[in-house]
This record gives sequence, C-alpha cells and structure tokens, in this order.
Amino acid sequence: MSETETPFQEELGARDLADPRESQAVHHEHPSAKEYIRIGVILGVLTALEVATYYVDVGSALLVPTLIVLAVIKFALVVMWFMHLRFDSPTYARFFVMGLAGAATLYLIVLISFGVFAVE
Amino acid sequence: MADLAITPGHGAAEPHDEHATTTGLPNTKIAMWVFLASECLLFGALITTYVLYRGASDTGPYPADVFDIPYTSVSSFVLLASSLTMVLSLTAAQKRDVARMRLWLLATALLGLTFVGGQVYEFTAFYDEGLSITTNLFGTTFYVLTGFHGVHVTVGILMLLSLVGFSAADRLPDDAAFPVEMVGLYWHFVDIVWIIIFTVVYLIPTPSPVPA
Repeated sequence: MSETETPFQEELGARDLADPRESQAVHHEHPSAKEYIRIGVILGVLTALEVATYYVDVGSALLVPTLIVLAVIKFALVVMWFMHLRFDSPTYARFFVMGLAGAATLYLIVLISFGVFAVE
Repeated sequence: MADLAITPGHGAAEPHDEHATTTGLPNTKIAMWVFLASECLLFGALITTYVLYRGASDTGPYPADVFDIPYTSVSSFVLLASSLTMVLSLTAAQKRDVARMRLWLLATALLGLTFVGGQVYEFTAFYDEGLSITTNLFGTTFYVLTGFHGVHVTVGILMLLSLVGFSAADRLPDDAAFPVEMVGLYWHFVDIVWIIIFTVVYLIPTPSPVPA
C-alpha cells in the first residue's frame, strides 16, 4: 500500500476510485436562464390549461385522461430541466426512477386490489 | 448532508465532495436523489390513501362544498414560479453572482411563504365551514396529505433562508452552486408533488357522496 492510499482504497483498487470533480464528462452544461424562463412559461401555460378544464366542459370521459397527461408533462419538465436529470449523470436518474417506479407499481397494485378502477 | 461544504471563509471548500468516490459522483448528490426516491413512497402512500377514500365519506362537507379552485390555482402558480426563481438562483450561483443568488433565493423563500400562508388560510376557511381532520374520511385524508406537503414546503423555506444566512455570514464557499443545487433538488421535488396533488385532489372531480 502506498503512503497516500487508505486501506479502503487499497481494498477497492485505486483505479476504481474517481474524483467527482473529474466526472464532468457526464455532467453536461446546465441550461441558460433564458431556457429556464421558457420552461417556466410552458409550465404556466400547462397549468392554465389544467385550470381551464374546471370551467370548460371537456366531457367526463376526456377530463381525467387530459388532466393526468398534463400533470405528467409538467412533472417531466420539472424533473428533466429544473432538476437537471436530462443533463446530469444517468446514475441519479436510475436512483430516482427506481423509487418512483417502485412507488407507482406498489400503489397501483393497492388501488387495483381495492377495486378503485373497477367499472360499476 | 454534512459535506455540503459550508465552511468558514471564501474558497475554503470545493463545490463537490473532495473525496474520491467509487462512482465518480458526489455522494451528497446521490444521497439527495435516494432521499427523494424514498419520498416518492411516502407521498405515494398519502395520495393513494386519499384516492382510496374518495367519495367514501358518510357526512359532509364534501370536496365540492369547500374547494375554491381559482384560489388554489393561484397557489399552484406561485409554487411553480418559485421553482423558476430557484433555478435562476442556481444559475446566478454558477456564475458566482452572489448578490443575484441571494436575491433569487429570497424570492423563492417569499413565494414559498406565500404558498404556505395560502394553505393556512385555506385550512382555516375549511375548518370554519365545518371540515376538521376528524369530521369525515375526506377531512382526514385531505389534511394529512396536504399538511405533510405544507410541512415539506416549510422545511424547504428554512433551508433556503439558511442558505441566505450562510451566504450573508460569508460561510459559503466562493462557488456556492453545489449547496444551492442540493436545496434546489429538494425544492423542485416539493413542487412536483404539488403538481400531482393539485390534479388528483383538486381538479379530478370526486364521485357523488354515498347515499345515507
């Protein structure tokens, strides 16, 4: 073991360790302020569309799918742009999607089990 | 969160973990994403419980009796705007423009306070209309879900104000982008949870009450 290596580093092998500051190859440039404002405007418009469904009759069959699609688009825009998953290392996305998909699967099973989606 | 690099003096700390990691990524940021992933399970449980008991209340008030959609829509716009000011503070931090960073952080905290204030007003109005946490299943699931979210927003406001305080006390490094980004991740998560709550709780109509 060299003088600069800790026992942990020796155990792992120095080549398996990387300095986070050198990992910028997977960390692309974040968007500019103008791009953020553009995304903010899009989010505002989508929210206005959501609110409009409260006043405009879009039909009961279309209402819920429309609202869910709008919410999913807004969710994705914030996660991809404002939280930078589109630009950062895919490792972060994997961790987050793991929790999100796990939660969605688990609770969908619960809702289906309790007959929430059952047609009467 | 100990390695958020808040240390005395300028330039005393790097924006990222200084230690080598097996992933090549800052451990703090990985920990934040894992934490946010776990929060999906928490809010998923609360939202699922609300959906399970939709329209199952035997007595009123029912959602249609108390909800004020125009009012809550304004609150939603306010929280969305706070996400925008949050990323603008990050952009300023990346450019090492400390004055603008503090300004946008304060704007974000102010918008967050407006949202929480609006929620307190909404809760008070609902209570005056006869809806408490023990009135019916709607009251219980509604207050628990939105209350937990409100607590998260409040914690976020404290984190934002702490950042401003650390910055004013010269306890952030020259490159403060990393701590700002970490607080920002938490703040945006609170925003995306509200996107779901606003749709599921407020906008999707609740089935007619169960006949007595």
